[in-house]
Amino acid sequence: MRLYLAVFALLVAVHCEELFNGDQVLRIQAESEDHIQVLKELEKDMDWGLDFWTHGFSTERPIDIRVPHASLYAFKDFLMENNIPFTVMINNVQELLDRERAEMVSNAQTERKTKSFNFAAYHDLETIYSFMDTLVASHPNLISKVKIGSTYENRPMYALKFSTGGEKRPAIWIDAGIHAREWVSHASAVWIADRIATDFKQNRAPVPSILSQMDIFLMIVANPDGYVFSHISPREFHRLWRKSRSVTSNPNCPGVDLNRNFDAEFSGPGASDDPCGEDYRGPSAQSEIEVKNIADFITSHGNFKSFMTLHAYSQLLMYPYAYSGTNAPDQPELHDVATQANKELYSWHSTIYKVGSIFHTIEQASGASVDWAYQRGIKYSFAFELRDTGKYGFLLPADQIVSTARETWLALRYIMQYVCDHPY
Amino acid sequence: MATGDLVPTHFPARRAAQVALHHLNTRHGSPFRVFGLQQVHKATAEDVGTGGRKYSLDFSVTDYGSSGSVLRCSADVLFPRTEKHSPPEVQLHCEGLQQISSSPEEEAFYQKHISPDSAVSAHDIPDSYGNISQDMKPFWHLARVAASFIMLRESSENTEYNMAQVANVSQQETSEKQLMLKYHVLLHDFVSQEIIHWKLLSSWSPDGGVRVLETEWQPKCPHATKPPSAN
Repeated sequence: MRLYLAVFALLVAVHCEELFNGDQVLRIQAESEDHIQVLKELEKDMDWGLDFWTHGFSTERPIDIRVPHASLYAFKDFLMENNIPFTVMINNVQELLDRERAEMVSNAQTERKTKSFNFAAYHDLETIYSFMDTLVASHPNLISKVKIGSTYENRPMYALKFSTGGEKRPAIWIDAGIHAREWVSHASAVWIADRIATDFKQNRAPVPSILSQMDIFLMIVANPDGYVFSHISPREFHRLWRKSRSVTSNPNCPGVDLNRNFDAEFSGPGASDDPCGEDYRGPSAQSEIEVKNIADFITSHGNFKSFMTLHAYSQLLMYPYAYSGTNAPDQPELHDVATQANKELYSWHSTIYKVGSIFHTIEQASGASVDWAYQRGIKYSFAFELRDTGKYGFLLPADQIVSTARETWLALRYIMQYVCDHPY
Repeated sequence: MATGDLVPTHFPARRAAQVALHHLNTRHGSPFRVFGLQQVHKATAEDVGTGGRKYSLDFSVTDYGSSGSVLRCSADVLFPRTEKHSPPEVQLHCEGLQQISSSPEEEAFYQKHISPDSAVSAHDIPDSYGNISQDMKPFWHLARVAASFIMLRESSENTEYNMAQVANVSQQETSEKQLMLKYHVLLHDFVSQEIIHWKLLSSWSPDGGVRVLETEWQPKCPHATKPPSAN
């Protein structure tokens, strides 16, 4: 750490166009009072142009000195004559400076790229994937990109992992875009990814404390094939596509509703068995590779404590069950958490969301991801339907993206904090 | 199905309120006035003698056509239980509705487009990104009002309709001082998640309100992997 401070001091000096070519930084180990005296004398001496990076000499700590190239041999001879041990810490100061500067410039460029990313616009898959790479590059100590598998059309499926370390810490799962046409869900997730990173970097509570105990996995595009398809043309046939793009038993009707394909009361009421239906459940549970990838990843990780999925539209904040009207065992607590989270959401822009179980608030649905997660023991499972309530529906104007993302973030943040405070 | 007091945030109450909303729009919608459901405050349901189900609702609506005002409404919505589908019957009262009358905006819009030079035609409203030009907004509102006739007629306790998009609109020759518009609208049923296509011919004037003269259901093309090339 001290070394870097010194390097920065040098960088300031570089601004004054000093050059440090061939200079070395030597680490000296004083072993006796005599050595200390010698070093104290040296410090007063200006002839060799020594630059002491350590002040206050003792035998307890090493002493770092930058030695100008011209004085190197003479100084090293001096140290050897006096039996003062030393090692070369930095072999060529200028080289190090050049490397550091190049890294800083590159980091600044990367940061500018994320800062200049237009969050108030809808982006295609390629742009979102490139944003993810930029975000990872800007926060290499916090974020990594995890490939959890490939889609039916062989596109990679990525989750961003936010982690400050540890070994499989208890984790939070957030996904968006399982239904292709719900564009504001992907767009919100992009903003939220950046927000988590920024909050951590700026040490804004509660994100750093949450991340000191838990990992967050954020899958911005859970249905990449469908999302790409929805961008092909403005025609309803493309833009309003919902499902995956797998070939089904009906060659004229591709695609499965991924949120009816999970292994949770699969093939029960609340899903269609007709491939041409928008909520076609697929031939069998997890028949869709996208669903299998998500399920396998979460199962093999084994330590998820919360599962949240973002959809649009209707402005609803819901919890299990979808397949049945009976109350889930944790219903009172989940309802409480959802209600409080909703209050946070409302505080941003007074957007009215309704809270309740999926079954009662929307309708019966079988094979839903939230039920699957809950039945796997992931207690804090929630589903969001974001803006709006039908005025624009799926075609929400881009100028509402950031506002939607912000209010959603307030709810997510509340839930994550709650999950963190209530380990189980 | 629940009888008696309903939870206002649950879907049975909301679906019934949406039906009342469609009714409200058919009666009072215009190029500058379209109502959306804000929230349901209270709801009850009961079976009625003729085998249908009647919902009594207390709810609020927002006019997102121009004023943004919120109105408090009460309605009775009767879903008949007949072998073949019959449209629900709605009785509705909203506070402050009577005061609403034709606005200067409506007059200006009417004068502009009733002229023989006007031949409006457009498609994809809103576009993929939610954009609608200011000029097109009144046509978008009119489409929703006209679509409300269809949505009202087609509604049951197992549907929840919204208009997803205007695929295209083309102005027809003015007839009897009515603005004549042919629409291809896309409805979204939240329950089945289906997108349903309808073509319709509607008329409007500030005095006459919105009327729907013809409607034609368009089959989704399940037998084609590509949409019909239409431009």
